[in-house]
Amino acid sequence: MLDRTGIAKRIAQELQDGWYVNLGIGIPTLVANYIPEGINVEFQSENGILGMGPFPYEGEEDADLINAGKQTVTMLPGGSIFDSSTSFAMIRGQHVQLTVLGAMEVAENGDIANWKIPGRMVKGMGGAMDLVASAENIIVAMQHTNRKGESKILKKCTLPLTGVGCVKKIVTNMAVLEVTDQGFLLLERAPGVSVEDIKNATAGRLIVEGDIPEMVV
Amino acid sequence: MNKLVTNASEAIVGLKDGMTLMLGGFGLCGIPENCISAMVELGVKDLVCISNNAGVDDFGLGLLLQKRQIRKMISSYVGENDEFERQMLSGELEVDLIPQGSLAERCRAGGAGIPAFFTPAGFGTEVADGKEVRSFNGKPHILELALTADFAMIKAWKGDRYGNLIYKGTARNFNPVMAMAGKITIAEVEEIVEPGELDPNFVHTPGVFVQRIFQGSNYEKRIEQRTVRSRS
Repeated sequence: MLDRTGIAKRIAQELQDGWYVNLGIGIPTLVANYIPEGINVEFQSENGILGMGPFPYEGEEDADLINAGKQTVTMLPGGSIFDSSTSFAMIRGQHVQLTVLGAMEVAENGDIANWKIPGRMVKGMGGAMDLVASAENIIVAMQHTNRKGESKILKKCTLPLTGVGCVKKIVTNMAVLEVTDQGFLLLERAPGVSVEDIKNATAGRLIVEGDIPEMVV
Repeated sequence: MNKLVTNASEAIVGLKDGMTLMLGGFGLCGIPENCISAMVELGVKDLVCISNNAGVDDFGLGLLLQKRQIRKMISSYVGENDEFERQMLSGELEVDLIPQGSLAERCRAGGAGIPAFFTPAGFGTEVADGKEVRSFNGKPHILELALTADFAMIKAWKGDRYGNLIYKGTARNFNPVMAMAGKITIAEVEEIVEPGELDPNFVHTPGVFVQRIFQGSNYEKRIEQRTVRSRS
């Protein structure tokens, strides 16, 4: 089983040289800490930065320089700053190659729900709907099951949707899955997790073809 | 050309109950702190506020929420404010949640004289309810209408009496697009400079979009998520 860091490390292996990448709040933010050697990527934050750097050293925080999670950040040389409409022009116009975000539920047709629990939690979608509607390459970082042990990898989402048919790949604490026309194709299993465990934790249609390798993280 | 006023109270003259406002900022970064304080003092109410976020309980738009001065919020993310959530779930506060990119573009369109546009964001979700759907290049899009406001209140770093503005860091965010979409746009800045001091090549918001400008004071610039790394 992977922890949050493990999920981030596995997703970082998907990064390709020269990509512009938008990382969502939570586990996705951690991906920036594990960029493979020899790979250069630039991080975009939808509040208006390209070339976002690491968190500042204590005492060097700047209230005028934050990421979309409202955390203080720094700029890297070659970075740039722009307004919100330009930022989403980058996203909608598919100038950003990869989006990594969290989810509460994902369905086997690629639907994603991550913004609202009716009557209980209404925080808003932020930029998630724009991101999932336009990004060509979306990886979801999430836990395979909820606290009660129920699957979050479903036949059909039960919560209000964020986007339809948009998720391509999912990295959970248990597995790497690809969304295909036939269902969730199991690509890799987390260390110490069996195919049987994954089957039991997946409510949507799971496709298992041949030997499933263990992730290297 | 002189758009300079002395302070926020003078800048918001003409603001009335029930008006629609745009307020720049992302979280607490780049918010018009002085204008918000002046509105709390004025006690104007039933406001419709278009702002990406709603502040926190005791700062930013949270101050107007506390005093029940806001009737409706149009935002993309409102997660950091308990009083907001309480008012929304109890039905006291009307809330229209909009995808962030659509919100920014609706403001830009409002300022640019474009009444509506199609975007893929929100298709197939409750955001699309009641909206026209049309396919372009085989992909479904929904029609979103432009937004304008009676007053746009924005925060910039430096400005001159012509209304030319530059922003600092990510405090830019929604400010330039909202500046375009206000019937009366008020810019509060940290520093008023003489005309000519701002290099025209680096002006972010041209003065034509700004009707009133003043030098703000006592900026708190609160940080919501102070996040640092260790030096080791």
